[in-house]
Amino acid sequence: MLKLDKVSKVYKVGTFGGKELRAVNEVSFDIKDGEVVALIGESGSGKSTIGKMILRLISINSGAIWFDGVDVAAIEKGALKEYYRKVQGVFQDPFSSFNPIFKADRVFQIIHDEFYPETADAEWSTRITTALEAVGLNPGTVLNKFPHQLSGGQLQRILIARALLLDISILVADEIISMLDASTRIDVLNLLADLKHRGLSILFITHDLSLANYISEKAVILYRGCIAEMGTTHKIFDHPLHPYTKMLMASVPRLDKKWEDGKVELKTRQAEDVAGCIYYERCPLADKALGCDRHTPALLEVESDHFVACFAV
Amino acid sequence: MSLKVDNLRVYYQTLHGDVKALDGVTFNISDGEIMGLAGESGCGKTTLGHSLIFLNLPMRFVEGRVSLDNAELPIWDMEKMNDFRFKKISIIPQYAMNAMNPTRKIGQMISELIESRGVSYKSILPELHRRLDLVNLSHDVLALYPFELSGGMKQRMVLVISTLLNPSLLIADEITSALDVSSQKAVAEMLVEFRDREFVKSMIVITHDISILYQIADSILVMYAGKLAEKASTETIIRSPRHPYTKLLISSLPEVGVKYTDRILLGIPGNPPQLLDPPVGCRFQERCPFAFERCSEEPPFIEVAENHFVACWKEHEQDA
Repeated sequence: MLKLDKVSKVYKVGTFGGKELRAVNEVSFDIKDGEVVALIGESGSGKSTIGKMILRLISINSGAIWFDGVDVAAIEKGALKEYYRKVQGVFQDPFSSFNPIFKADRVFQIIHDEFYPETADAEWSTRITTALEAVGLNPGTVLNKFPHQLSGGQLQRILIARALLLDISILVADEIISMLDASTRIDVLNLLADLKHRGLSILFITHDLSLANYISEKAVILYRGCIAEMGTTHKIFDHPLHPYTKMLMASVPRLDKKWEDGKVELKTRQAEDVAGCIYYERCPLADKALGCDRHTPALLEVESDHFVACFAV
Repeated sequence: MSLKVDNLRVYYQTLHGDVKALDGVTFNISDGEIMGLAGESGCGKTTLGHSLIFLNLPMRFVEGRVSLDNAELPIWDMEKMNDFRFKKISIIPQYAMNAMNPTRKIGQMISELIESRGVSYKSILPELHRRLDLVNLSHDVLALYPFELSGGMKQRMVLVISTLLNPSLLIADEITSALDVSSQKAVAEMLVEFRDREFVKSMIVITHDISILYQIADSILVMYAGKLAEKASTETIIRSPRHPYTKLLISSLPEVGVKYTDRILLGIPGNPPQLLDPPVGCRFQERCPFAFERCSEEPPFIEVAENHFVACWKEHEQDA
């Protein structure tokens, strides 16, 4: 239902915008109905940029995003509201998503005024109650409160409830649990799983692989704007093939075993356009004989529903 | 014994009264020990870290004694603490990424900082270079402004600066939380390396991420609502925790490889109590699945096995 087709985003950087930074480079994947797709990568991999492009917060340089057969970039201003009825986002920092001067439930009022002005107040409050209950909040404890009186987990859930009021079909969840405590984190994750069973599609953007594995069916691993590996989550987690994915897996702190020795190859400073594989500088398998330094590996299907972009595989 | 904290109480002054953020905390850290300090937000872990080095308003020192290497720390006296700060006890604050002066080149900032402590920059420069190599930063960063560095690089830079005078105790407050998994691992391993090379004698690593502590800490102290809940070796806390809060905290972490379709993990229902007017007795009783009558009295923090301290009546009664 949502399809990204060779989407690229180039930022102008440098003092006079003379240099270019390719934040997202020809990324293609799709999200089906009721599917949770995890978008995983380090900081600077372009994962949030993709989320923002889907939400039309920033423009696309080339390629297209298709939503139910409609080109998202071509939607006219007037019709954009209809798009936002279906597609909504929730972001990392719940505290900065609210205006601290107003009560938190003002976000519901805005939805009412903007999208459902014909709905009667009484009916609207029952809808709010239903939405809040759906995200596991007690309306009595969260309504009529200022943002600072609520916890991060509660605010994050209010934002999800706000998205639910719109009867959305896609939720872009950009690092929504990384600011939450371990004890509330899992509740928000379970809530997403719950929503998925009601037919909602979710793009789950994260750098935490264990969370991605817990919730998603499909995973897309990004490195510097390019897809390194993509496919069914359990296939990627059981047999990671790309050296970058393997490195990420090995870096996850886990409770059942200690880190293996071996230093992490850290990110070098963003080089200018490199000719070969973008992971070349950090890759333990890099081999000039394979052409890693000269050619960009294509994303190939190594088994059904498991794609890897690496010459060494 | 490197650090000794005895019955430390630090409250926050507010218009509505004192917020009892740190309410009677007693523990020791041995030489060479990396102690992890874990708990939910608002449990007092950052307050504990800050009160040991920079106890400023609205924090108010109520009572307690702290000694470092057998010398008493005058933590209630901002002036006197200057003799200890940076030399004996140092901190990497939360959001260390923004801790550097944006208007100075990093080298110049270090020079001003070092000279304010009566050490010449020239004499320390060779050591500074060695340590930059150790954390994988080029010597050129000294001529750069902080904004020219990435988050992970700044975090490593602050690690080097804070430990430059070889303090006895380093407090690392949530230093890995804002980093992605690969930089997280690198920074965490550098902490261990700095300890192994004896740049720092002992450390308090504050984080809400217990899985990081499992990788690097020797012991873990779990706090809840301004009180200590449990302290033991890392292995004991992870494998056989005895306080119900520790148990729930660990079981709520998603393990690698678990999917919600196989097994649904559960969080801890409820919220921590308000510390303005904390409940009498055990502060976890409202959320505790095992709470019984005795919990309305305050459970003491006592040693139930060697080096394993727990504050829970259920445990104490079983032992009795």
